[in-house]
Amino acid sequence: MPEMTYAAAIRSAIEWEMEHDPRVFIMGEDIGVYGGAFGITLGLVEKFGKDRVRDTPIAEEGIVGAGIGSALVGMKPIVEMQFSDFIVNAMDQVVNQAAKIHFMFGGRMTVPLVIRGPAGAGTGAAAQHSQSLEAWFHHIPGLKVVMPAFPDDARGLLLSAIRDPNPVIFFEHKLLYKTVGEVPDSYEGIPLGSGVIRRHGSHATIITYSLMVHRTLEAAERLAAKGWDLEVIDLRSLVPMDIDLVVESVKRTGRLVVCHEAVGRGGVGGEIAARVMESEAFDYLDAPLLRITGLNTPVPYSPPLEEAFMPSVDRIAQTLETWLECEVVTQ
Amino acid sequence: MNRATEQAISKDATLEEAIRWFRTMLTIRRFDETIDELFASGKVHGTTHLYIGEEAVATGIIGALDSGDVITSTHRGHGHNIALGGDVRAMMAELLGRETGYCRGYGGSMHIADQSLGNLGANGIVGGGLPIAVGAALGFVMQKQPKVVVAFSGDGALNEGAFHEAANLAAIWRLPVVFVVENNLYGMSGSVKEMFAIGHLAERASGYGIPATMVDGNDVFSVWEAGSQAVQVARSGGGPTLIEAMTYRYKGHSKSDANRYRSREEIRDWRKRDPITHLEQHLSSHGVDHTMLNEIRDEVVQVIADALKYAEESPWPNPEILEDSVYTREDKTGA
Ligand SMILES: Cc1ncc(C[n+]2csc(CCOP(=O)(O)OP(=O)(O)O)c2C)c(N)n1
Ligand SMILES: [Mg+2]
Repeated sequence: MPEMTYAAAIRSAIEWEMEHDPRVFIMGEDIGVYGGAFGITLGLVEKFGKDRVRDTPIAEEGIVGAGIGSALVGMKPIVEMQFSDFIVNAMDQVVNQAAKIHFMFGGRMTVPLVIRGPAGAGTGAAAQHSQSLEAWFHHIPGLKVVMPAFPDDARGLLLSAIRDPNPVIFFEHKLLYKTVGEVPDSYEGIPLGSGVIRRHGSHATIITYSLMVHRTLEAAERLAAKGWDLEVIDLRSLVPMDIDLVVESVKRTGRLVVCHEAVGRGGVGGEIAARVMESEAFDYLDAPLLRITGLNTPVPYSPPLEEAFMPSVDRIAQTLETWLECEVVTQ
Repeated sequence: MNRATEQAISKDATLEEAIRWFRTMLTIRRFDETIDELFASGKVHGTTHLYIGEEAVATGIIGALDSGDVITSTHRGHGHNIALGGDVRAMMAELLGRETGYCRGYGGSMHIADQSLGNLGANGIVGGGLPIAVGAALGFVMQKQPKVVVAFSGDGALNEGAFHEAANLAAIWRLPVVFVVENNLYGMSGSVKEMFAIGHLAERASGYGIPATMVDGNDVFSVWEAGSQAVQVARSGGGPTLIEAMTYRYKGHSKSDANRYRSREEIRDWRKRDPITHLEQHLSSHGVDHTMLNEIRDEVVQVIADALKYAEESPWPNPEILEDSVYTREDKTGA
């Protein structure tokens, strides 16, 4: 299987859809000759021209809205947010317009729009360029939210996102762009809403997504050397969420951990926990929930502060170990 | 200042002021050159936007302000803060992420601001400072304080909705705001030619009923004159003005870029119109001694070198208190 970076995998999905569907186009700030702030669209304007790889002014609300309008009349726009934080400037169009149009007009219209861009901390970009805002969008009925962790998923899920008739928020992690992985030579797409068990285990189920999949897997490996056997589930998409996979796993392990980089308060982890409480897995729980998340702060700049903000492999492993010692041994 | 006793060098600017501007502009340049080197050698993480080539804009505009006036700054804000008289040691320490930095290491390059000197904030969000500037002006008016607010922005920021809403508010309430647009011909890679359907950004002001002027942003005297006039209008209740200052950034948009969106010739031509060289020539032609200018240059180099040393020797901030830093000290209710 060919290997490629997460960034190249994203590009390949955009390129494939643009080649095969004339309705697909992409617009955003500096995505033409500049190739995008993270190089995702490098080479695309040369291949498809300025009409379909459209450089825009710095006007997030305008370009998201323009994406919606074009979608309403039959186009399939991909709108790049240079940093996912800037989607905040477009919130009316995202939340009050894109998310609601299908429902509010009684199902007469659809908005096949993808808004994609880099999320997450770890690059020293500070408070306004490092957020993980998925919980906001996950809260809004009408939006789908996708956050891949590996190159093959990045391609497969983006293909499905572009083909989806609903607005999809597609958050990529900056620290994953250069990671390399095998990507099958297939452009079938991966259905939104299917999670994957990345590691099988019996002591606890850790639910995670995006960059934290990698850190959680590494922490689980470390703890394996100490005799702990952990299951790690990569959700891949938050809306729709593969809750059946989560429930089945928790029924087997009896313990639930959620791990995400986003601020813990009001985070997606709380929703996952609530859905497990509501399910038949409740009767199987042997321990209180453990959440490992970003601190309840904006993302700080200085390296030691930023490191403290994000769950690191060390923090994940240590927190898990303390919790496991307390919850598993004492029974 | 008693102008009658001092030699006029350009309209009303005195030689003394011009020499001070020379020092400021050199300080901005040397500071940002040092930051450029630190990034190139991987000593600083994150990103930064350098003001090299644009020094005359911040220097001339801020030279027209009185103490007590305030500004809002941008992602390209080092020059604004230095022109206000900011402490380059605390700026350098912030870039190096140290406890002694302006933001205690919490903010980094895009958030350096000395509030005690009237800098209400550099901003990572394009256009984010513009409505805030309007609000500051509103606050001053409501408190009957005769203060002026300068809202710095780039050309690209004029396409954000925030600019339009801010401009209209300032106009209808006749607020003491001076919108200073640093037109360096590009917002990242987006050229003004492609991103605007008007020739001059100053034209946009008329749609809001705001008077506007264009100046050579590489000539500190022109900038200062336009700034002084706009500030005077604002202070006397005449409302906002927009100044479009034509300038150019020498370096890439952020820490570096491949310059795929502009030509070498264009960069070379603008470098020939360097704002510091221009001022230096002006000073020499008015009899200022070269040794004196060179002394200033050496002093500036030393000041920046000291700042770097200070920053490097400063302690790192303590991660333990992060979660206690989100709300004001007295208020822990959000925890
Ligand atoms: C809301 C928002 N959109 C996009 C960006 C990314 N960005 C940072 S600076 C910049 C260009 C700004 O251009 P301009 O206003 O002309 O200022 P200049 O950089 O030229 O000084 C862009 C697109 C941002 N920081 N905030
Ligand atoms: Mg610009």
